[in-house]
Amino acid sequence: MAASSSTAASMFTDVEREPGAKKPDPIVVATGIKRTFGGLVAVDVEHVEIQRGAITALIGPNGAGKTTFFNLLTCFDKPDEGEWSFNGQSLAKMSASRVAKTGMIRTFQLTKVLAKLTVIENMRVGAGGQSGEKIWKAMFPMFWRAEERANTEKADALLERFLLDKKREDFAGSLSGGQRKLLEMARALMADPELVMLDEPMAGVNPALKQSLLGHVKSLRDEGRTVLFVEHDMDMVRDISDWVIVMAQGQIVAEGPPDTVMSDQRVIDAYLGAHHDTELTFEAEEKILAEAEAELAELEEERNE
Amino acid sequence: MDFGSLLSQTFEQAFGPLAIVYCLAAIGLNVHFGYTGLLNFGQAAFMAVGGYAMASFVQTWGLSMWLGMLVGLGLTVVLALLLGIPTLRLRADYLAIVTIAAAEMIRQTVGSVTLLEYFGGQDGRQGNFAREFRELNPFDEGVDLGFANWGANDFWVMCVGWTLVALSCLVVWALMRSPWGRVLKAIREDEDAARSLGKNVYSYKMQSLILGGMFGAFAGFIYGLSKNAVIPTDYATDTTFFAYTVLLVGGAARVLGPVVGAVIFWGLISALSVFFSQATRSDLIPDSIMSNDQASLMRFIVLGLALMLLMIFRPQGIFGDRKELAIDGR
Repeated sequence: MAASSSTAASMFTDVEREPGAKKPDPIVVATGIKRTFGGLVAVDVEHVEIQRGAITALIGPNGAGKTTFFNLLTCFDKPDEGEWSFNGQSLAKMSASRVAKTGMIRTFQLTKVLAKLTVIENMRVGAGGQSGEKIWKAMFPMFWRAEERANTEKADALLERFLLDKKREDFAGSLSGGQRKLLEMARALMADPELVMLDEPMAGVNPALKQSLLGHVKSLRDEGRTVLFVEHDMDMVRDISDWVIVMAQGQIVAEGPPDTVMSDQRVIDAYLGAHHDTELTFEAEEKILAEAEAELAELEEERNE
Repeated sequence: MDFGSLLSQTFEQAFGPLAIVYCLAAIGLNVHFGYTGLLNFGQAAFMAVGGYAMASFVQTWGLSMWLGMLVGLGLTVVLALLLGIPTLRLRADYLAIVTIAAAEMIRQTVGSVTLLEYFGGQDGRQGNFAREFRELNPFDEGVDLGFANWGANDFWVMCVGWTLVALSCLVVWALMRSPWGRVLKAIREDEDAARSLGKNVYSYKMQSLILGGMFGAFAGFIYGLSKNAVIPTDYATDTTFFAYTVLLVGGAARVLGPVVGAVIFWGLISALSVFFSQATRSDLIPDSIMSNDQASLMRFIVLGLALMLLMIFRPQGIFGDRKELAIDGR
């Protein structure tokens, strides 16, 4: 089932432009997710749904809790409270590896390639459900040789698509930052995930490579996969996402299609601060000064008593 | 200076029973540290559990030695589970702390006076628990190669021991080229990456801990059989560190690394020991510099120096690939 960008956008025609809006066919539903670090509330999401078969962007200023929310959804971190599901299956009590096995594969903001394994070995690790990964069968290649060959073919095809085929036998640790991003994305695809979660796929990637990465992300959707990504690069968000979710201070403050959400007052406030465009007048400044002086005088009095 | 005896003793030690013991222990550490990245500093504990199970079964309870070995292997699995369950979810250094403590606990326990009737206290279990093994010895007398010779018993231990080493290497080789071994290496490189690809990291680490521990138990068996004795001091922490040295000399994460490492390590120790002992006796080194008693310690001093130089100039060991080491694992 190939969904072109126009059909993906049309999924959202009846969706409200409000935080926590209901989607026609959600693949991920999360409710009441809360995570605190000591006194700091890092994530406090009331309700969010991710539409199947579309590219959803998760944006927000630094420290908004995007990556923490990513970690919580993929069970790399446990929330204080909350309930979330993938394809209707609750993930709250699952381990990170189980979550990956259900078809929800993530990448990392700081790429995690397996440095001392070759590129092709990195890819082979990505394949799911290998019988050669059981210790009893591992000793005898007849149990896994055919599977390994199929996985290698698949890996080679992906490497070619991600322009890494020339690096096949190199150690992954010798790749550049951008190539590592490509490798991580390609490796995630080895397991045929339904939902690909990319944490800042563009960070540290040079502009020339960026265009091809954008194409790759789009092609994921065209294959029928769902993509959720965290990104700071607004050009990328505008270019490829079908729907944008904006986080600020741990909460979801706005949702909408990319062209309208950028002009949403709440989004501008979140990025630039609520009073960024109110000019400070002379009277206002005087008032603030007077208040401060009064407060100081009060303190002085207390100390004298 | 008698170079003939120096060479022959070096050769005898390099391929003798002790080299086999440390080779097997290092093969286990290679699975733990080399392939999975687990810092097990308590390999001596696995060896002790194997050796003591075998010896006490015969000497304390009068049962079969083979049964003792089987139970010993079972107990190493139990030990691995006990060590692994609380620590494998934590960072690697916690396992190091727990294993080193556990190894000392086991050594002190089997050497304690309270358990004297079972494990023989500080004297350990000596006597003739290896009888069943020695009865199978097809060699009536020692083997003399002209330049080196071993007693009948030592040679029998060596035949069985090196066969065991060969089989262990085969198992490690078969496992590490498989997808299972690839997952272990992935975990060594980055646990979270392995997790994000759907690998149950905890379970794989446990399997690795158990497998490597069982190689340690085999080392314990050979140790006990070659000396016909198991003594608490044989399983002190320096045993583990010697095994690590063997592994690093040969090269970690290489199938034959521990084998080459063990041969070089014991050859070198023996050569140094003979050299200094002869040099002090023949006044090559005068008494004012070093007495004959002090000479026996020189081998460890020189060995330490050699290890430092190795780490500086060839940190990858004999078999390692320098390029691999140059990659930063960021």
